[in-house]
Amino acid sequence: MSTATTHTAEHPAGEYHGGLLRWLTTTNHKDIGTMYLTFSLIMFFVGGLMILAVRAELFQPGLQLMKPEFFNQLIGVHALVMIFAALMPAATGFANWMLPLMIGAPDMALPRLNNWGFWLLPPAAILLTLPFTLALFGIGDGALATGWTFYAPLSVQGGMGVDFAILAVHILGISSIMGSINIIVTIFNMRAPGMTMMKLPLFAWGWLITAFLLIATLPVLAGAVTMLLTDRHFGTHFFDAAGGGDPILFQHLFWFFGHPEVYILLLPVWGLMPHVLSTFSRKPTYGYKAQVYSFIAIGLLSVVVWAHHFFTAGMPVPALVYFMFSTMAISLPLAVLFFCWIATMWKGAMTFETPMLFAVGFIVLFGIAGLTGLILADVAADAQYHHSYFVVAHFHYALFAGGIMGVMTGVYYWLPKWTGHMYSEKLGKLHFWLTVVSFNLTFLPQFFLGLAGMPRRIPDYALQFAEFNAISTVGAFVLGISQLLFAWNIWCCVRGGPKVDGQVWEGAEGLEWELSSPPPHHSWEIQPVVK
Amino acid sequence: MASCTLETQTAQSAEVNPVAWLLRSLFPPSALLLPGAASAAYNFNFPEPVTPIARETLHIHNEFMLIITVLFVVVFAIMIYSMIKHRKSSGHAPAKFTGPTGALQWFWALIPFAILLFIDFVLMGIPAVQAIINMEDTQTKADMVLKVTGMQWKWQYEYPESGVKFISTLATPRDQISNAEAKGEHYLLEVDKPVVLPVGKKVRVLLTSTDVIHTWWVPQFGVKRDAIPGFLRETWVLIEKPGIYRGQCAELCGKDHGFMPVVVHAVPEPEYLAWVEAQKAEAKAAAGGADRTWSKDELLAEGKAVYEKVCAACHQPDGKGLPPAFPALAGSKVINAPLLDMNGKIVKDSHVDRVMHGKAGTAMQAFSASLSDVELAAVITYERNSFGNQMGDMIQPAQIKSLR
Repeated sequence: MSTATTHTAEHPAGEYHGGLLRWLTTTNHKDIGTMYLTFSLIMFFVGGLMILAVRAELFQPGLQLMKPEFFNQLIGVHALVMIFAALMPAATGFANWMLPLMIGAPDMALPRLNNWGFWLLPPAAILLTLPFTLALFGIGDGALATGWTFYAPLSVQGGMGVDFAILAVHILGISSIMGSINIIVTIFNMRAPGMTMMKLPLFAWGWLITAFLLIATLPVLAGAVTMLLTDRHFGTHFFDAAGGGDPILFQHLFWFFGHPEVYILLLPVWGLMPHVLSTFSRKPTYGYKAQVYSFIAIGLLSVVVWAHHFFTAGMPVPALVYFMFSTMAISLPLAVLFFCWIATMWKGAMTFETPMLFAVGFIVLFGIAGLTGLILADVAADAQYHHSYFVVAHFHYALFAGGIMGVMTGVYYWLPKWTGHMYSEKLGKLHFWLTVVSFNLTFLPQFFLGLAGMPRRIPDYALQFAEFNAISTVGAFVLGISQLLFAWNIWCCVRGGPKVDGQVWEGAEGLEWELSSPPPHHSWEIQPVVK
Repeated sequence: MASCTLETQTAQSAEVNPVAWLLRSLFPPSALLLPGAASAAYNFNFPEPVTPIARETLHIHNEFMLIITVLFVVVFAIMIYSMIKHRKSSGHAPAKFTGPTGALQWFWALIPFAILLFIDFVLMGIPAVQAIINMEDTQTKADMVLKVTGMQWKWQYEYPESGVKFISTLATPRDQISNAEAKGEHYLLEVDKPVVLPVGKKVRVLLTSTDVIHTWWVPQFGVKRDAIPGFLRETWVLIEKPGIYRGQCAELCGKDHGFMPVVVHAVPEPEYLAWVEAQKAEAKAAAGGADRTWSKDELLAEGKAVYEKVCAACHQPDGKGLPPAFPALAGSKVINAPLLDMNGKIVKDSHVDRVMHGKAGTAMQAFSASLSDVELAAVITYERNSFGNQMGDMIQPAQIKSLR
C-alpha cells in the first residue's frame, strides 16, 4: 500500500532495475510486502463492487438489475476474491513487511520464492474473474455460480467458470504454501541472537500457526477440487452417487480446509492485536504465554471441528454431539485471548488514535461473531440458523469486523513506519466511525432476517423481508463508499505528510521501532541482540 | 401483506416492541417505495413454532441469546469502564503487570473460564444433547411417511402408504417477479399444489434429490434437512395446529434456487383422509388415460401445461433456452430427428431418451420417474410441434408405458 519511498538513495546503483522491471524482479521483503498490500487493496475494491451489485439487487423484492444466474456468480466470486485475494494477501503483506523488522533479520529467508509467491497472485485473480469478461463476448456462461464452496454435484453441473475457479484456487494455494514455507523458515532460522521462541513477538507467533495450518489444509482443498475437475471432465465419480461416490464427501474435504481457513485469516490479526493494545495503553502485553498457548490450541482444534458447517446434511447423533462439543471448546482459548486483550488495556494510560479505535472496534464486533458462533455450534438451534442470513451476518462479523478491520488496524499502526509519514488522524477517525456504523447497519439486520426465515444466496425474497433488506443495502453502500477514505488516506500518506521518527508511537516497543521510518533497504544489516 | 399468523405477529410486535416501532418510524414502508406494502414487518425472532421441535428450538434459542447477551454486556462493560477510567488524558499512570501474580489474582483470572466451561458444556450442552436425540428420533411411533424429492427447481411429494405422488412448483406469476405487476400477498411463497399433512400425527419425512443438493425448510416446523442425490436423509414433524405453513429451499441449487418454495397445508385428520381419497381417484383417472388413444390436440393441450410447469424454468416459455447451460428446444437437433427406431424402440440420445432418462452431468434430469405416461407423451408431442419445430408426429401414452 505504500510505494517506492522505502527505496533509499544509499543503495548502490546498478544492482537494481528501475521502473516496472524492479517490481517484477524484486526480492526485497519490503517491496514484496508493498505489492501484496497494494494487490490486496485493489482486490478489496473489486470484491466490494461485486457485492454492492448484489445488495443493489436485494434492495427491493423482485428482480431489478440482474438475472439469478449472474447473481449466483457474483456472490461466489465475491467470497473467493475477498478471502483469497484480499484478506490472505493482506496478511502475507504484513508478514513480509514486519517479520524481518520484528525478529531482527535483514530479509525473508527465501527471497526468490517470495517474489514468485506474489507474482502467482495476479494470474490467479485474472483466472477467477476472466469468465465474467468472456461471457460478455459470448464465450461460456460466466463465472463460478456455485457459491465459494463449490458443492458437488452443483459444481459438476456448472459451466466453464467452475474450471477457471478450480485452476485459480490451485494457483492461489501454491502461492500461499510458498509464502507459509518462507515464513516458517524465516521465523525458525533468522531470529536475532537472544530471541528465543518465547520472546518471539506475538504477531510472529500468530503467523507461525497460520503458516502451519495453511500447509496442513490447503493440499486437502487442492485434492478436493482436483477430484471435482476429474468428475467434471474425465468421468470419475468421486461425488456422484450413481457411480458409487458421495456428494457429502466433497463437503467433508472442503470444510477440512474451510474451517481452519477462518483461523488462517484471523490468527495474524490476533497476533497483531496485543502489539496495538499494548502500544496505546502504554503497558506491557498481558498473558504472553497464555496467548501463545491459545494460538496453538485454536490451531489444533480448528482441524477437528469441520463438520459443524453441514449439520443439516444429516449425520449420526454421536457425530453431531462430537462436532458440537469440539466446536464449543474453541470458545475457551478464544476467551483467553479476549481476557488478555482487555487485561492489557486494564490500568494502562490509553489514548485513542485510529489504530487503537480500530482495535477496540475489532474486539467488540468480533465478540459478536464469537458469541453467535457459540450458539451456531449448538446443533439443537443450528437447524434454524443454518443456510440462513443469520449465518451470513455471523461470518461477516468474523471476517469483516474480525479480519478486515483487523487488517485496517495494522495498516494504520504500521503505515508511518512503512512510509516515514504520518497519515491524517482526522480522516482515519472519520473512516473508523463511518465503517463501524455502516457495518452494523448492513449486518445487524441480517441476523433478524435469518431468524425470520430468509435463506442465504437468494436473488429475490418474500415481502416480509423487504424492510431489513433495504436497511442492509443502504448500510452496504455507505460502508463501500467509506472505504474510499481509507484508500485516499493511504495515498496521501505515501505521497507525503508530517515526518515521523523511528519510534512513531509513544508506547511502542519491539525491534521494529528501533529502525528508522522508513527502515533501511536491508532492514537489519547487523543483527541486534535481544536480552 | 402477510399471512394470518404473520399479521397477528406483526400487530403484536408493533405494540410491545419499541425497537420495531423506532425502526418503523425511521424507515416507513412508503419510503421504500414498496408496491402494495401495507405494513412494515420487523420480526426479531423465529416465527411462531407449530411443532414440538420448533418450540424446543425457540426455547433453546431464547435461552442462549440471553446467555450470550449477558456475557457480551458484562465483558464489554468491564472494557468500557477501563477505557473511561484508564486514559492518559485523565492522568492515569500505566501499571506494569504482565500476568496474574499471587493466588488471589490467579483465582480471579481463572473464574471466567470456569464459568464459560460450565455454560458451554452444562448449561448449553446438556439441553442441546437432549434436543438432538429428540430431533433425530424419526422412527419411534411414526404415524406416516412423506417422501420429499428435491429437483431443480421444484419439490416432488410422495405418500408411500397411499401411492399419492405429485410435483409442487412456484405459483407466483413471472410478471410479479419482473415487477410488471403488483406483488401478491404470498409473493414467492406460493405453490400450485401444496403438500397436505394431518395435524397431531408424527410424520417421518424422507428426503432425497434427483440432481443437486437441496434443503427442505419450513421455519415454523423448526426443521431443515438436506436432500442429497443418491442418498436418503430423514427428519420428522408433528404439526400441532392447522394452518398454511411456508418455507423455501435453503441450499444453493442453481439458477432458480430462490424460486422453489415449500407450502404445507396442515389439516385435521378426517380432512386429510378425504384429500388422500380424492388424490387417489384423480390418479386412477389419469392412469386410465394411458390406455386409451389420445388425439393430437389433446396431447398438445396437456403437453403445453406440463411444459410450462416442468420445463419452462430452464428451456424458457418460448423454447429458446438459456444457452449454453440450458439448450434451446426451438430448432434442436435432438428434437428434429426421428421419434423412435424402426422397431419402435428408443434411439440413444434421441428426444424420447433425453426426456425420460436425462443427460448425466447436466441439469437435464430423468423424468421417467416423476412424470406419468400421459404427461411424458404429451410434453414430447408438444415439444416436437412447437417453437417452430414441425415434426408433425406424436407419441401415445401407451407407447411410453411399453418403453419404460
